[in-house]
Amino acid sequence: MEILVQQIVSGLATGGIYGSVALALVMIYQATDVVNYAQGEMAMFSTYLAWTMINAGLPYWVAFFGTLLVSFAGGVLIERVVIRPVEGKPILTIVIVCIGLLVIFNSLAGWIYSYIQKPFPSPFPERPIMLGVVVFGAHDLGAIGVTLIVLAFLYAFFRYTTLGLAMRAAAQNPASSRLCGIRVGWMLAIGWGLAAMVGAVAGMMVAPIVFLDPNMMAGILIYAFASATLGGFTSPGGAVVGGLIVGVLENIAGTYISFIGTELKLTVALAVILVVLVFKPSGLFGRAAVHRV
Amino acid sequence: MAALLEARALHAQYGWTKVLHGVDFAVEEGGITTILGANGAGKTTTLRAVCGMVRTSGEVRFDGRNIAGRATEAIVRLGIAHVPEGRGTFVNLTVEENLRLGAYGRSGQAGIAEDFEAVYRYFPVLASRKRQLAGTLSGGEQQMLAVARALMLRPRLLLLDEPSLGLAPMVVREIFRIVRTINRERRVSVLLVEQNASIALGIADNAYLMETGRMVQSGPAEQLRQNDAIRRAYLGY
Amino acid sequence: MSGRARLVAVLALLAGAAVLPLFVSNFRLFQFTQVATYAIALLGLNMLTGYNGQISLGHGAFYALGAYTAAIMIDRWSLPYALTLPAAGLLCLVAGFLFGIPALRLEGLYLALATFALALAVPQILKYFEDWTGGSQGIVLSKPKAPWGLPLNPDQWLYFVTLAVMLVLFVLARNLLAGRTGRAIVAIRDNATAAQAMGINTALYKSLTFGVSAAYTGVAGALSALTIAFVAPDTFNVFLSITFLVGIVVGGLASISGAILGGFFIQFVPNWAQDISKAAPWAIYGVFLILTMYVMPFGIAGTVRLLVARRRRRAETARAATAPRAGTAKAG
Repeated sequence: MEILVQQIVSGLATGGIYGSVALALVMIYQATDVVNYAQGEMAMFSTYLAWTMINAGLPYWVAFFGTLLVSFAGGVLIERVVIRPVEGKPILTIVIVCIGLLVIFNSLAGWIYSYIQKPFPSPFPERPIMLGVVVFGAHDLGAIGVTLIVLAFLYAFFRYTTLGLAMRAAAQNPASSRLCGIRVGWMLAIGWGLAAMVGAVAGMMVAPIVFLDPNMMAGILIYAFASATLGGFTSPGGAVVGGLIVGVLENIAGTYISFIGTELKLTVALAVILVVLVFKPSGLFGRAAVHRV
Repeated sequence: MAALLEARALHAQYGWTKVLHGVDFAVEEGGITTILGANGAGKTTTLRAVCGMVRTSGEVRFDGRNIAGRATEAIVRLGIAHVPEGRGTFVNLTVEENLRLGAYGRSGQAGIAEDFEAVYRYFPVLASRKRQLAGTLSGGEQQMLAVARALMLRPRLLLLDEPSLGLAPMVVREIFRIVRTINRERRVSVLLVEQNASIALGIADNAYLMETGRMVQSGPAEQLRQNDAIRRAYLGY
Repeated sequence: MSGRARLVAVLALLAGAAVLPLFVSNFRLFQFTQVATYAIALLGLNMLTGYNGQISLGHGAFYALGAYTAAIMIDRWSLPYALTLPAAGLLCLVAGFLFGIPALRLEGLYLALATFALALAVPQILKYFEDWTGGSQGIVLSKPKAPWGLPLNPDQWLYFVTLAVMLVLFVLARNLLAGRTGRAIVAIRDNATAAQAMGINTALYKSLTFGVSAAYTGVAGALSALTIAFVAPDTFNVFLSITFLVGIVVGGLASISGAILGGFFIQFVPNWAQDISKAAPWAIYGVFLILTMYVMPFGIAGTVRLLVARRRRRAETARAATAPRAGTAKAG
């Protein structure tokens, strides 16, 4: 029984990470109809930036928030400089640009930092924490906590601030937003900035577990796709919930079902994607697309 | 009185298709001007051209300044509110959020609360549906919301694109009554594009008649209303 | 370009391709064979995604299916090489059609996701069925010798075979796409509801297009197995499918010549990138990709089409402006 609870908590921790990346994907998808395939690599690159800062002697939390700022700025810059020239072009054209970004970030990281795995520190203590009779890893609990704080911040931002409202409007109806004086292009840029920030958090939370290397986020991106598919690409909250479910599912399946060892763990993600698409493509919380004839 | 909005030799096109072939028109400060014409005459395109939503060449002057070629967001912030064809409400946001967004382009934050109150006074039905999603409102209510949202900008010029489209006559009359009130009370100039000529001429000071991208007649609304030949040929009654 | 001019150009290109083996090394020839193979695969994908609007991120799976079909037929059952192509084509036709049926319910992003999942699963599935596929080690083949005593080495023979297959398949595709079928397929892409309202059986067409598209890619896979003489699971990873997508977008969607242009791009640009920078070649490749999309957002073929159309329109406008006007002398 204790093992099950541990697995669930552990699953929630990784699930929170999947959900965060899924959230970043959904945020950009809702505003632009494009899935940013480079989201994982951007997060990985942000994590390397954090590593650089920590290695230079900066305290963890200084590096953490510094990375968030740099990632935000980076995201805004990428949207304004790299994506803007193809705004309004066919979706596949924009997808190819994202793939270009993916490849560039991955290659740059490997070139600058080499492909050797590096350890990445966790800000949470090494000692496991006892709650009742169950033992939890401090990092697992910490990761869940950080994820929740980030999500709360985002929710409050979008729900209660004027800028957040303007961004929601720009994502839903760019033409009408312009008629309200909203600079839609900049709203998109800020969206990318926020998505990059969320990705950076996910990267910094997962790096202590899987070790930092340029291909770190590839598998996580796939789990993020599964999470967003499960939750619904039209629902940010759903993406997060989807992530949590996938995380728990992956952990439990890996522990209790014998033939799913580490190699076939990815199959869980794929199975989730396919099952959801067969039965309810819009996901648990997503809205089915209504086509006007 | 100098014209608030003046267009000269305005051409407009969608991609390769030319829709406006050099039109001239003006809206006097404090007045209501209407552009009439059949479907496809280019009326909606005219409003879009004023707002910078289509490719244009020619001159558009707002308060003496040339605004042709500027981005829509920038033009809006000068005080031009556009209620587009099809209302353009944010259907997944609440009524209140729609109105808040209308005020986004204002130059000053002062008076927003006041304007909320004013808008709820003009359109009491919106006050009772403050927290409802805009998409759940009826057609007439959405039209009112669209006009209200435009008012939240505290605009000097209001562009209305076929507000009567798809609405019951009673609702249409109500909306036009409110537009006339707004024009008088808040000194908002209006450029009204309409297919329903009789009701438009009922509130307008000046009228233009448009046919396949060209202005074919213009003058005081009274004149157009009384000219039999024009009336029969273009307005059908 | 007028019809005759185009025919002359094509014949000139064919002539050039026919004498190529005299001028280049075996390795270069191998690369050009790869270009032709990719072109066939890309034409397959283009039929589905460009002409029919169904996005597939999983065509690597059909490529793999074709390749392994050929490999198993030759290695395990010692069947003649010539049989592998139609066998791969047929098998993939059926597989594609069967996949196309549940895919009917999916659109845009969701279809992309489903095919993406398929592509991800391929290497694992291949490794799992070891007895058939030889597992991670793969299957080694020997290149076929030129028949009938022709004075060609295997690389040259394979080059001509691939070229011939490409020609046949391209002509077939062109006839298919230029006729009623093509128009129906495109109509479904542009407005499926309207197409259905006009009596087009969208479900049947969509599934069939999936099947044919898979068949083309499968034949290409079989050809590649013969040319490379080796198949292994890790070559058929998700990156292959993504590369195919890159190929059709860069080459030009809904364009037959685009498939060949795309084939050149995906074969040679990674090599150029490596020449420029040994340290981070994929970064250079990424930059190439992005710049290409800036300059030619509709692909090479698409951009050419646009420029031609623009020039034609300007010529028409100029002609209309100088033409004498009937009626009154007043300007309009």
